[in-house]
Amino acid sequence: MAKNMPEIEEYKYGFHDKDVSIFRTERGLTKRVVEEISNMKEEPQWMLDYRLKALEHFYERPMPQWGGDLTGLDFDEIVYYVKPSEKQGRTWDEVPAEIKQTFDKLGIPEAEQKYLAGVSAQYESEVVYHSLKEDLSDLGIVFKDTDTALKENEDLFKEYFGKVIPYSDNKFAALNSAVWSGGSFIYVPKGVETSTPLQAYFRINSENMGQFERTLIIVDEGASVHYVEGCTAPVYTTNSLHSAVVEIIVKKDAYCRYTTIQNWANNVYNLVTKRAVCDANATMEWIDGNIGSKLTMKYPAILLKGEGARGNTLSIAIAGKGQVQDAGAKMHHLAPNTSSTIVSKSISKQGGKVSYRGLVHFGRKADGARANIECDTLIMDNESYSDTIPYNEILNDNISLEHEAKVSKVSEEQLFYLMSRGLTEEEATEMIVMGFIEPFTKELPMEYAVEMNRLIKFEMEGSIG
Amino acid sequence: MSGSVLEIKNLHVSIEDKEILKGVNLTIKGGEFHAIMGPNGTGKSTLASAIMGHPKYEVTEGSISLDGEDVLEMEVDERARAGLFLAMQYPSEISGVTTSDFLRSAINARREEGEEVSLMKFIKQLDKDLDFLEIDQNMATRYLNEGFSGGEKKRNEILQLMQLKPAIAILDEIDSGLDIDALKVVSNGINKMRNDEFGCLIITHYQRLLNYITPDFVHVMMQGRVVKSGGPELAKRLEEEGYEWIKEELGIEDETVEQNA
Repeated sequence: MAKNMPEIEEYKYGFHDKDVSIFRTERGLTKRVVEEISNMKEEPQWMLDYRLKALEHFYERPMPQWGGDLTGLDFDEIVYYVKPSEKQGRTWDEVPAEIKQTFDKLGIPEAEQKYLAGVSAQYESEVVYHSLKEDLSDLGIVFKDTDTALKENEDLFKEYFGKVIPYSDNKFAALNSAVWSGGSFIYVPKGVETSTPLQAYFRINSENMGQFERTLIIVDEGASVHYVEGCTAPVYTTNSLHSAVVEIIVKKDAYCRYTTIQNWANNVYNLVTKRAVCDANATMEWIDGNIGSKLTMKYPAILLKGEGARGNTLSIAIAGKGQVQDAGAKMHHLAPNTSSTIVSKSISKQGGKVSYRGLVHFGRKADGARANIECDTLIMDNESYSDTIPYNEILNDNISLEHEAKVSKVSEEQLFYLMSRGLTEEEATEMIVMGFIEPFTKELPMEYAVEMNRLIKFEMEGSIG
Repeated sequence: MSGSVLEIKNLHVSIEDKEILKGVNLTIKGGEFHAIMGPNGTGKSTLASAIMGHPKYEVTEGSISLDGEDVLEMEVDERARAGLFLAMQYPSEISGVTTSDFLRSAINARREEGEEVSLMKFIKQLDKDLDFLEIDQNMATRYLNEGFSGGEKKRNEILQLMQLKPAIAILDEIDSGLDIDALKVVSNGINKMRNDEFGCLIITHYQRLLNYITPDFVHVMMQGRVVKSGGPELAKRLEEEGYEWIKEELGIEDETVEQNA
């Protein structure tokens, strides 16, 4: 049936700009590199000590032997810290012209004007631009890059940093804890609700670069916040590493939604640890879109530790040629009447491999807890793979758990039906794919949904045949 | 100019190497309503799917042309844009795609870039057609055919017919599973299409649909061929006497395609 297939377009964000960095550490990870990073940042002694302990742990910890293939990742080849500019801009005019150009191409300043309450733009290791609408800072909302927060809000920082995800959690959490730089720090005071999202944008420009942002979000009692992050990088033939740690504390009756649209180039290893803790009646939502990267291993977790806390994870993962998306979710029901929902949508095409790997845990105190898991996979051709690996741990009889998994292909009948109405095979396929991910895109703010649809269309072009 | 001409000559069609159609001849012109009747298993739905180009059906001999153009050379979507339409017996469900989004895409698929139907105009016409077919307005925002009842699916097919205004439509058992009220509504929709430009091939094995839609020509299919043609009176006689008399007349024992006559 296939005919007139369009050329596969290049990855649109694969351009790289001239290196304008003013400092970079030598390749490889040594104690000296960690000391240099800490020193550049003029950090307090306790943070340096923390970094060095994490480094020790990183050295000791073996590479994970599950999930994706990490053998192509050479820790000695990576540059762990690149400082792109002298200081952080409060207006785009203060950002070095070359770097501003990059973000212009990515459409960030435009989006900021239109619909964002606050924007943070990280280039290599540092946040180069940061803004927060005045009315939000007047409400007491803190939205800063994490390095600045360590300087200006040290007490608050120290109270929560590393508490949700200790450096000993896993090898890559240890790595991030040793060399972290940039990321977002958000504090929303009691009862303060924000309606427009705060956005952070992460961009890697250098070859063999490691980006290790560290994000810490604290949503105080009854408050609410929506945070959105996007990521892109140039296409290089060598590998880069993105290994973030995101810790979120959602207090009693508070609400947090964290939306990710990850579109790294396909030479980036994306190994991220994300975890939230919910107090009583709090709600945490991970909206997690993984389109890019060479290998993603990411399982956003929610610890439901207060009675009545709710957790939702809604994710899509798309694996194309040479890509592995090993993604999923973890829900820990640690208190009575907690509830959770996991909806995972995956698409594999052109030999890509996508796995859902998830854990739902019911602790002894989880009386009346409920969990619902739904995994849908769409396989576009015969050379692509999908896998569903759910783990359930149940230590309490009085719970309810539902799991539904479905694998489908774009069926001949569906294509025939749509084409019999005049849609080309490509348009028909696209329509079926868009329909498949609709439960995800409808959760995105309008502007992101448009962007997401565009990205998916772009991804799907040339994937038929 | 009075509409298009669909010409089917000596059509042989196989599915998985089994021959189903064994030489069908049929010409449908704009302004004409044809009915194809016949018991189950005689090749009626195969004819419908083969005209539209379903990939499972292989044409091994014969030709189909639309206004002189070779239909067999066209992809399914090209056939649709050339003016053919098939109302399906079992329409597919498309999750996540609303009926109205789908319809608008289908309408725009027939138009040049920059000539797309305006949203206001589209909604106005859609509301009108929904009302005419007595379909609840909320169907427009439901996912295409997902969770639709049998009757809703059939109405939706006719809604698409009215919206897309093809030159020649093939209706494959549009009456199956409809109660009498729904049958009337669906028939009204089809009759509304009637004009000099529009040709229609109605496939049914019940005569009752033809109480509401009067065909100009009636054809009986058996053993993968059209074995008898006539006017509306043929349908009347089939209703009164069944198919046995035709089998006797033609010396057919088993009317299905399983048998080689």
